[in-house]
Amino acid sequence: MSQLKPVSFAFLITLLPWAASSAVAKSMPVNLTQGVTDISQQVYDLHMTIFYICCVIGIVVFAVMFWAIIHHRKDKGAKAAQFHENTKVEILWTAIPFVILIAMAIPATKTLIAMEDPSDADITIQVTGSQWKWHYKYFGQDVEFYSLLATRQDQINNERNKRDNYLLEVDYPLVLPVGKKVRFLVTSEDVIHSWWVPAFAVKKDANPGFINEAWTRINEPGVYRGQCAELCGKDHGFMPIVVIAKPEQEFNAWLSEQQQKIAAEKAAEQALLSMNMTMDEMMSLGEKVYLKSCAACHQANGEGLAGVFPPLKGSKVATEDVLKHIDVVVNGAPGTAMQAFAKQLKLKELSAVITYERNAWGNDTGDLVQPAQVKAVMDQKDL
Amino acid sequence: MTMESSIANPDMTDHGPHHDHKPSGFMARWVLTTNHKDIGSLYLLFSFAMFLTGGAMAMVIRAELFQPGLQLIEPNFFNQMTTVHGLIMVFGAVMPAFVGLANWMLPVMIGAPDMALPRMNNWSFWILPFAFTMMLMSLFMEGGGPNFGWTFYAPLSTKYSPDSTAVFVFAVHLMGISSIMGAINVIVTIVNLRAPGMTMMKLPLFVWTWLITAFLLIAVMPVLAGVVTMVLTDKYFGTSFFDAAGGGDPVMFQHIFWFFGHPEVYIMILPSFGIVSAIIPAFSRKPLFGYASMVYATASIAGLSFLVWAHHMFTTGMPVAAELFFMYCTMLISVPTGVKVFNWVATMWRGSLTFEVPMLFAIAFIVLFTIGGFSGLMLAITPVDFQYHDTYFVVAHFHYVLVSGAIFSIMAASYYWLPKWTGVMFDEGLGKLHFWCSLISVNVLFFPMHFLGLAGMPRRIPDYALQFANVNAIVSIGGFAFGLSQLIFLVVVIKCMRGKGEKAPDKPWEGAEGLEWEMPSPAPYHTHLTPPEIK
Repeated sequence: MSQLKPVSFAFLITLLPWAASSAVAKSMPVNLTQGVTDISQQVYDLHMTIFYICCVIGIVVFAVMFWAIIHHRKDKGAKAAQFHENTKVEILWTAIPFVILIAMAIPATKTLIAMEDPSDADITIQVTGSQWKWHYKYFGQDVEFYSLLATRQDQINNERNKRDNYLLEVDYPLVLPVGKKVRFLVTSEDVIHSWWVPAFAVKKDANPGFINEAWTRINEPGVYRGQCAELCGKDHGFMPIVVIAKPEQEFNAWLSEQQQKIAAEKAAEQALLSMNMTMDEMMSLGEKVYLKSCAACHQANGEGLAGVFPPLKGSKVATEDVLKHIDVVVNGAPGTAMQAFAKQLKLKELSAVITYERNAWGNDTGDLVQPAQVKAVMDQKDL
Repeated sequence: MTMESSIANPDMTDHGPHHDHKPSGFMARWVLTTNHKDIGSLYLLFSFAMFLTGGAMAMVIRAELFQPGLQLIEPNFFNQMTTVHGLIMVFGAVMPAFVGLANWMLPVMIGAPDMALPRMNNWSFWILPFAFTMMLMSLFMEGGGPNFGWTFYAPLSTKYSPDSTAVFVFAVHLMGISSIMGAINVIVTIVNLRAPGMTMMKLPLFVWTWLITAFLLIAVMPVLAGVVTMVLTDKYFGTSFFDAAGGGDPVMFQHIFWFFGHPEVYIMILPSFGIVSAIIPAFSRKPLFGYASMVYATASIAGLSFLVWAHHMFTTGMPVAAELFFMYCTMLISVPTGVKVFNWVATMWRGSLTFEVPMLFAIAFIVLFTIGGFSGLMLAITPVDFQYHDTYFVVAHFHYVLVSGAIFSIMAASYYWLPKWTGVMFDEGLGKLHFWCSLISVNVLFFPMHFLGLAGMPRRIPDYALQFANVNAIVSIGGFAFGLSQLIFLVVVIKCMRGKGEKAPDKPWEGAEGLEWEMPSPAPYHTHLTPPEIK
């Protein structure tokens, strides 16, 4: 054991700076959350039960083992007994674990059956994952929106201090009512994602082309955060989930406010069709939209990632036929990771970002794409 | 078990007493070799080189995760590191190490002169360096190497994968061919080349566990080959196995992959059970408590391994009935696994224990593998698995069974048989230093990962929320310490290979049993030229 000492000493030295800094840093829970639903509480109870069972078995087995290690050593003069095989003992140590397992399986089965029953829901939300954002649609309410990471790139690149909810904040959180049974229909537009909010004990894979069901009934108003749990490509670590649970009345007020907002936006889009925007206006809006929606793949400098995401700087699409460019942005490129942005961006944003792509990074085509042009391409596709 | 020694009897060869028939020259000795001991050594050295390569990638991962924010590498490269780290450790480090041990020890243990199919043996080894060179080179292709996780879930690995995917598929095919040939060789050797009197129920447990492992390999490696081929045709030839738009199903990929993947997990642990079942009795100076029940437990673990694959997929949206079936079957596996642990503890009970390095690693194996087994049992409970799934809790679980399980058992085996392989005793002080450094650092590395997972940190992310910062820093320090500790092992092995150390006796371990201890150390180039008699 003499070799141990310098090692553990070295360890203490390396851990000291951490110990000093931990006093100020945000603390982390070391156990599973109990959550804010009846189900999440049951899941927590199951977790603790199986944990305690493991602890008891572990203590018994390791106690016997370490007793032997301490007392049955050759240097203490222990003579080896030569016994082996004992049917009674062997039957016992097969049967006892079996009984423990049955005792464990009963509550687990009950909870599982309850978790997998999404019937009689009060409200249904479609959750759609795509690289690397979530889309929420309130069924029958005409309310839908995308939810993107709100943490700025300069925080991720360590150029600025990180805020409290670093990587766990979004631009438009999902808002849910407290006390209502909420059913989620989970799906994906591209690769497999997984929608996970630990406080609800809901984790469901979003499979492209298939719909999964899950449900929750939240007991406490509050803000609950989660993350995508299935590796979904480059920015898998950057597509968080934020849910705000509100009392029913506040929720209803929020919902009708959204409906009015969406109706107003649609009216504004109509007005836009007859308007012409200036180049400066388009370029400054276009850059903002580009950084939010395009830069994750095509990069802020427009050069893409060689072999993974194509460059826009000097590319055919961004410098030649305008209609083709609009078509790719609006409808996506089938068979590739390029998404259709018709529903993700507003008309004004679409025309701005296309204008930006055609004039930034030395593309300098001088093309100014107006909302009406974009709308024309969109309508063509609808036919 | 005793034998009439016929080992290295000079009359058995035409070349006189001082010539052991070793071919000279690098080409003839190593590239064209059909000698099971040479091929075993090649496998072991290759797997150690891969262990260090995959370990270096783990160091890159832990360096990036040392602090929140992106410091060193891009997310896309991070994904390539986690993917290739996994592939290398599974197919390049753990599996070839076990095949190397099998090559060296199986013929010696059962009284055979060599493996049954020596030329195929040569081929199955020499495929590997090419397979892994190819896979590593894909990291330097435009667009980078595989970045979709070692489980390469479709459609991330098909429509959305880099151009190098074809190279990855071909490399996996080669690894599969190598494994299948290795497994065929093991089965044919054990079934046909046992010495007279070496009945099945007299086989050392390492031989038994490898026999069962080989059957698992033959059963599931073709499934892996099938699923990578489907990925290949989906990506390049317009099929739609995993694409709903063409009538396929991405979840079918996971069913096929895990039908390979779960038995694969046991392929990487069953030989460990054999190793520990040799070492624990040797240093307890007491026969293994339940030989027969160990054989039956191993066989039932192998059988159950085909019935539990979907426990990796509880969140994919299965019918409740299927979830219940896979939960119950998975829980059931803990029964035969428990039998094994109880057997080892009962073997130590009232023994006469000493703690040489192989025994230290074997005891650490039992304790830490059991901890990995407990977290495995927790993961089996489907409702709770919804919370654990794809978090660091899972990462902690499988590293406990693979690193402090499989890798520790390979270390134990190496220390146990190094004197027999090289003819010199290893440096006991360095060996103990290696053990204690590994034991402490492996726990600093992997134990806190349980807490990260419970607190909600997903796996495979290059950056994380601030609350996870402190624990990740500790984990990274443990990671660097564990990585550096393995260099001590490198020094120990190099010293032995250069013949530096005390001359090893035929049987360096007082309580050890088996044919390998009844021949000189180092084991002669050719052994058991006439079969030993087993009484």
